[in-house]
Amino acid sequence: MKETPKRENAEYWRWEEYRRVFSEKKWKNKDIITAGVDVGSVGSKAAIMIDGEVYSWGIMRTGSNSPDSARKVLSWAMEETGLRLDDLKYIVGTGYGRVNVPMSNKAITEIACHAKGANYIWGPSVRTVLDVGGQDIKAIRCDETGRVTSFLMNDKCAAGTGRGMEVFADLLQIPIEKIGESSLKVDEEPPPVSCTCVAFAKTEAMGLLRKGWSKEKVLAAYTHAMAIRMGNLVKRVGLEKEFVITGGQSKNIGIVTRIEKALGVKCLPMPKWRENGLDPMIAGAIGAAIFAKALYEKAHKS
Amino acid sequence: MITAGIDLGTQSVKAVILKDGEVISRGKSFSGFDPTKAAEQAVGEALKKAKLSLSDVDHVTATGSGMDMAPHSNSTISMMGADAKAGVYLFPKARTIIDVGAEEARAVKCDDNGIMMDFVVNERCAAGAGAFIEAMARALEVKLEEMGPLSLKAERASPINATCVIFGESDVVTLIHRQESKPEIARAIFDAMADRISSMVHRLGVNPDVVLVGGVAKDVGFIASLKRKLCVDVLIPEYPEYAGALGAALIAVNRVKKV
Repeated sequence: MKETPKRENAEYWRWEEYRRVFSEKKWKNKDIITAGVDVGSVGSKAAIMIDGEVYSWGIMRTGSNSPDSARKVLSWAMEETGLRLDDLKYIVGTGYGRVNVPMSNKAITEIACHAKGANYIWGPSVRTVLDVGGQDIKAIRCDETGRVTSFLMNDKCAAGTGRGMEVFADLLQIPIEKIGESSLKVDEEPPPVSCTCVAFAKTEAMGLLRKGWSKEKVLAAYTHAMAIRMGNLVKRVGLEKEFVITGGQSKNIGIVTRIEKALGVKCLPMPKWRENGLDPMIAGAIGAAIFAKALYEKAHKS
Repeated sequence: MITAGIDLGTQSVKAVILKDGEVISRGKSFSGFDPTKAAEQAVGEALKKAKLSLSDVDHVTATGSGMDMAPHSNSTISMMGADAKAGVYLFPKARTIIDVGAEEARAVKCDDNGIMMDFVVNERCAAGAGAFIEAMARALEVKLEEMGPLSLKAERASPINATCVIFGESDVVTLIHRQESKPEIARAIFDAMADRISSMVHRLGVNPDVVLVGGVAKDVGFIASLKRKLCVDVLIPEYPEYAGALGAALIAVNRVKKV
């Protein structure tokens, strides 16, 4: 198990890029080695699996060029493993930039991949997945095999998305990784703001600060309102236990606890990605790698 | 009879003075942090131009999002009510008034007396208001007032999927990287916004004549895009940003008569 932190500079919105290799596992040429590459609007994720078990993964920021981001994150996931691109038997691309993953054998929607990946990470009891990505929010229902039964998506508004949170981090000068904790540092939960528009927040949040609100209180009022919006999306798709949150915002404890409160259920605990586990951000990439294995096997049966 | 209307908008305050129901002067100032002070300035400017003093005014009606902070006001009127009144005063056949301001957009359905019958409003989202064009102009590094004329030079439309200012900023950057020309990007921005406004108006029903007012009605790029999306002609008064204040001043006339 290795971790290579890669922090570039101190901009508040900039989050840490990182990777894991489960080096206790060894790969052989005859293994079915597959990869999933999830090029999101904000983050690019890659996961490599050996015979359907996660072997290594990496998360990086998506650059202005999707094919480059796909290449970079995949080679990052392969770093120090001895694997070369040729060793990967089948690659599935997913996410917002899935059609721009040059090395992929097939593209599959991120909705299918997130449900499949959540099923792998948390097990077959998962029925509802809320994926909070960089530029959209999806509420997904699935069966015990991780197959999607229905979903709803909001890709029209930045409120609550990773990109929206990055704007708040810069605006309030709080590092993005601390934004969740900060939003919980209030004596009493303020009422949600009536207008969640991130563009208006640039002036409205300043108005609240001028009125004497602390940064934490401003953040709490906005986070509260965004969590209600996300909770409503889940309610509309129909909440069934177990419930999990994937995507970058699954690490925002301020969002997660408020969504739990809005829905009146707890999500399954976060996999211990810092210690030795799987990151909820790579659920889509894992799902893609699982599909890759199935597709490879299907191609070789016939 | 002298009446005044004050429209306290999020970005600017407008004032209109009427003498016996006819416009004799206008005044404008930036809202800033003190809307009350800004309104005093706007009214002061209009009175000065009309060579009148506040004591000459029989009734002051305020409107706009900051109407509660209006100085000297005797009464208030909703923004939709003011839009309807002004729209029909300016164009007697007007039945749909679209008002696009800095932070809000509205469409009002009215009768031949300028009475509001129904309305739809886009608030709480910057993508359907002037703020959208402002943010996109910044991303494109073009002055706001140059956006409209620039967009008219576009030979084709390159559609963007901007439904949010925050996402729109990155869409514009992507288009710049793709080396799309600035006129085409500008046109895409106006088209995206006109799309939103047009679907809002469609929820209300497009009843001709259609009148466009508010600060954004001065933008030739937005006007062109909106006409294309609505597929009807859109009438624009000479001073579109004063429509709210005009409507309020006309309401004030009625209120003086009633007393």
